Amino acid sequence: MLASLGANPFSGYATMFKAAFGSLDGISNTSVKSIPLLLVGVGICIAFRANVVNIGGEGQMVMGALFATSLALALPGLPSLILIPLVLMAGAIGGAIWGGISGALKAYFNVSEILSTIMLNIVAVQFMNFLLRGPLIDPGELERGTRIPQTARLPESTDLPILLEGLRMHLGFVVALLVAIAAYFLLWRTSIGFRLRSVGHSREAARYAGISVQKNIVGALALSGAMAGIAGAILVFGSESHRMVTDGSSTGFTGSAGFNGIVVALLAGLHPLWSIPSAMLFGGMLVGANALQRAAQVPSALIIALNGLIVVFVVSSEYFRKRSLQAGRVDALETENVSEARGGGS
Amino acid sequence: MIDSFTLMIIVATIASGIRLATPFLLASLGEALGQRSGVLNLGVDGVMLIGAFGAYYAVLTTNNLFYGLVVGIGLGLLIGVFYSFITINLRAEQGVSGIGIYLFGLGMSDLLFQKLVGTPRPILPFMPLDIPFLSQLPILGEMLFQHSLIVYLAFGLVPIMSYVLKHTTYGLNVRAIGENPEAADSLGVSVLAVRYSTLIIGNGLAGLAGAALAIEMGIFQQNLTNAMGFIAIALVYFGAWSPKGVMIGSLVFGLVQAIVLQFKTFGIIPRSASDLAAMAPAIITILALVIVAKRFRQPAALTKPYVRGG
Repeated sequence: MLASLGANPFSGYATMFKAAFGSLDGISNTSVKSIPLLLVGVGICIAFRANVVNIGGEGQMVMGALFATSLALALPGLPSLILIPLVLMAGAIGGAIWGGISGALKAYFNVSEILSTIMLNIVAVQFMNFLLRGPLIDPGELERGTRIPQTARLPESTDLPILLEGLRMHLGFVVALLVAIAAYFLLWRTSIGFRLRSVGHSREAARYAGISVQKNIVGALALSGAMAGIAGAILVFGSESHRMVTDGSSTGFTGSAGFNGIVVALLAGLHPLWSIPSAMLFGGMLVGANALQRAAQVPSALIIALNGLIVVFVVSSEYFRKRSLQAGRVDALETENVSEARGGGS
Repeated sequence: MIDSFTLMIIVATIASGIRLATPFLLASLGEALGQRSGVLNLGVDGVMLIGAFGAYYAVLTTNNLFYGLVVGIGLGLLIGVFYSFITINLRAEQGVSGIGIYLFGLGMSDLLFQKLVGTPRPILPFMPLDIPFLSQLPILGEMLFQHSLIVYLAFGLVPIMSYVLKHTTYGLNVRAIGENPEAADSLGVSVLAVRYSTLIIGNGLAGLAGAALAIEMGIFQQNLTNAMGFIAIALVYFGAWSPKGVMIGSLVFGLVQAIVLQFKTFGIIPRSASDLAAMAPAIITILALVIVAKRFRQPAALTKPYVRGG
């Protein structure tokens, strides 16, 4: 693909890799980029394990960020030690409500969660534009008359602490890792996780076993939304300007992490812990793509297009995996096909 | 009585509502056809973006609107073949693979735009095609009969598709496969061929919808559709899978958009409240989905890949 864009593919990929993983600075930038991908991805793992599709990561991130930002603006006086957990919690609640609405619509009104999450994405973005142009706008913007839709500088006690002096990597990365580990334990070591996965395997069987399918659908989407909400909050508090800004679209704020998180989760086989390397890989691709854009004038939109192809190939390769399982043996030809389908994405 | 100025504005708003409804209508008719045969295509927005860019680029280089439309449809058809292969032959999960197509279209159209065009340059828009005599009618003429060719084409497709679905063997096969592919297969109807055809036509229409949008706006930019393709999917549910219902849904959407735009230009509502008004379509859709889910049933085989004897 790179070659067709008039760039040397080998030096191109080398540039990407070096920018993303070649230095401490690069690794730090990659980790920062991977935070929202990992959090959304882990949320997607939970939802898909319960057999509900969550395409609302974008909206849930926006709502989480709005909840957290409002709280931070309302309680400026608290010390970091209390305020940071509090605003991250607010982010989780904002995302959980947004995801939970889709869950309730699915569970009690039989409305496809695919459609409702997409519609709620649109609602969330417009709500963000409304708040950042109106009630939450930086009073300074009004005084100067510039009216840039952004909040005031958030209280310094909400700045996420930098982990290593001089680098961009901040506390958010640790939070994301902890959430991924917690999600693993939740799914495989608790009864909540067992119920979620039972509902995912067979709604009928779960119902027969006395598990409330409705409650678990709402729960799965709320949990999934909560993680996206935390991701949104971290995007705001870990940003360099320490404000929430909108350019009128959702991608302007999230960088499409709500969608790319799906790719991360699929590549990780819907496993929260495998999502960690998967998110790092995609974070690295984003960092690398920016470097490539500077070095070889290849637009970074390439990465979005590639991600789309990866999704298609991963989902299609399920077919070969299932077939070889059914045959009860690993057919050499089919394994070859799987690796071909996978390799075609990169 | 309303004065002539108000009347003029109402007429103009309705006319622009019909124009704005056209891309929705084309895309959702295509989606409805696919869903009637039991396949969900979530990638409409991506296909629209690719069709839009293709059409924009074709018109920019050839200065011929016809080529733009052809390229838009052609790219849609190509993606249709690809999407059919992965969902029918490889039985990929339809919801997620559609998102893959969406991301591919979103990135690819932006990438090609930046590489091939760079700075946005406007292209010539559609010329309105006045229908003789009818366009001279007072009020109705301006409202209904002074549109571009693509608008008539889109609305003309509605009765055609209704007829095909209800009264032809092909339409019967499509509906049978959407409800019970096993039974249709046992009667010798090729599930594969019918689903391929509905998906290829459906994606072609999505490509055409993108082309219509780009030419109507005379410009291309990153994420030109702004989730219109997703709304088109919701409109299929809104219209309860019938072409007529889909048309009514598209018109409602087009009109709501036109009214919001009109409010903005006249400054009836402040800038910030117009953001709230922009939520209206999505909220209406969610409410409509609740009602439709209660009263109508979706095609029984929707999103279920067909496995013979499986």
